[in-house]
Amino acid sequence: MKLTLRIWRQRNADADGAMSTYEVDGVSADMSFLEMLDTLNEDLILQGEDPVAFDHDCREGICGACSLVINGDAHGPERTTTCQLHMRSFHDGDTIDIEPWRAAAFPLVKDLVVDRSAFDRIIQAGGYVTAPTGAAPEAHATPVPKPDADFAFEHAECIGCGACVAACPNGAAMLFTSAKINHLNTLPQGAPERETRVLDMVAKMDEEGFGGCTLAGECATACPKGIPLVSITGMNKEWLRATRKAGGR
Amino acid sequence: MARTVWDSSVGKKTVMAVSGLIMLLYLVVHMIGNLKIFFGPGEFNHYAHWLRTVGEPFMHYEWTLWLIRVVLVVAVVAHATSAYQLSRRDLRARPDKYVHRKARTSYATRTMRWGGTILALFIVWHLLDLTTGTVHSGGFQPGHPYQNVVDTFSTWYGDVIYIVAMLALGLHIRHGFWSAAQTLGVGDRARDRALKTVANILALLLTAGFLAVPVAVMTGVVS
Ligand code: HEM
Ligand code: SF4
Ligand code: FES
Repeated sequence: MKLTLRIWRQRNADADGAMSTYEVDGVSADMSFLEMLDTLNEDLILQGEDPVAFDHDCREGICGACSLVINGDAHGPERTTTCQLHMRSFHDGDTIDIEPWRAAAFPLVKDLVVDRSAFDRIIQAGGYVTAPTGAAPEAHATPVPKPDADFAFEHAECIGCGACVAACPNGAAMLFTSAKINHLNTLPQGAPERETRVLDMVAKMDEEGFGGCTLAGECATACPKGIPLVSITGMNKEWLRATRKAGGR
Repeated sequence: MARTVWDSSVGKKTVMAVSGLIMLLYLVVHMIGNLKIFFGPGEFNHYAHWLRTVGEPFMHYEWTLWLIRVVLVVAVVAHATSAYQLSRRDLRARPDKYVHRKARTSYATRTMRWGGTILALFIVWHLLDLTTGTVHSGGFQPGHPYQNVVDTFSTWYGDVIYIVAMLALGLHIRHGFWSAAQTLGVGDRARDRALKTVANILALLLTAGFLAVPVAVMTGVVS
């Protein structure tokens, strides 16, 4: 396949950025999207040009490092991560637009790399349990009803990639935050911090400059792990419950 | 407690949902009341007079009406203020647009902000027109709402303003009712379809019910 790529290039946070056009040839349908970019970068290095900076790590869809908006879709046209997107989803002669995640809370570092440490700070605010968990416990020690276990697991799938923020017209981190809250608040291990967790994580989310939810639903459409939109409803419910209980603290 | 709620984006959205639902409840009652115009000036004007005497003898003349007015003003101000502040936050959170744009999200979602602005302007116009009579077209007669309504809908601009506002209202409720359920944490997968259906029915009934009046005046059914 021969492709035309239009990629956002920007030296650093303060520089002006723009879309630059590149041609790549010899792309196989079996390549992942990132391998296709590796091919481009090899060419660029050979030509003495600055390679395109992009984030990646596991390349198997579990770490949440990869992050590209491809033709306007976070993680591209398939419901998966960019690293697990394959070139068979494109056609010979296509023009592909590649942009970084866009949100005020995710400042641009270089080219397609943005700083997502705001997510880490939301986790620090309450995305943990204080109960000592140790090694894998005996399965019957702490009974968890099956529906709760399923619900918690569904939300535990969030890999913290930030596609939800990138897709949201308000740059909101509601889906990410709600996934973490629903995951931990459903399990007995998370019960001691049930109220402080939701209050602190939501407050941190606001403080970091993320937007609010208008229930547009773009986040859930973009999420590679299928975290559902009702996850946000669940977080709102937890927040209201905690606010009532804490009397506002 | 009040501070925590108002300072949080989730809390402010709760204020928006509760105030929206209060206005929605009022509008259902208001719409049904308006339909009395089809039973002639006697019944309509009598109904308008009754609104001022509700709750007597416990309440004095117009006390109940003023109570409702105060609740509504608080609801409108709370709703519009939180809508404005949350919208500002949302726009700040997403300063750079994507070069590759896509048409997204449902019509109703995208129209919440300008639809809300139309509603805000309409509320002001509507009060100046039929409550105070300040901008009324004919000779405004307090205590004769039937004639006042007919006069308003006998002008082309009275009809246009009203029709545009009621269409905006329908779209606003269609997304708003379902949204409020999510904001208040009562939506879930099992209830989603039911909530969307109720939202659509409410939107349709209110829009049709409110629009019946100007259409009736335009076609001469009410004169
Ligand atoms: C003063 C004029 C109004 C303005 C400026 C306004 C504006 C807005 C905005 C911007 C939203 C948020 C939309 C979103 O999150 O996507 C909203 C939601 C809503 N509005 Fe209004 N609106 C107005 C009047 C009304 C009226 C008359 C009703 C009564 C039916 C109403 C009911 C609602 C409801 C139920 C919601 C959903 C709240 C939620 O998302 O939790 N609004 N409004
Ligand atoms: S909710 Fe989905 S899109 Fe958002 S960070 Fe988690 S995995 Fe990524
Ligand atoms: S690189 Fe790890 S999820 Fe894509």
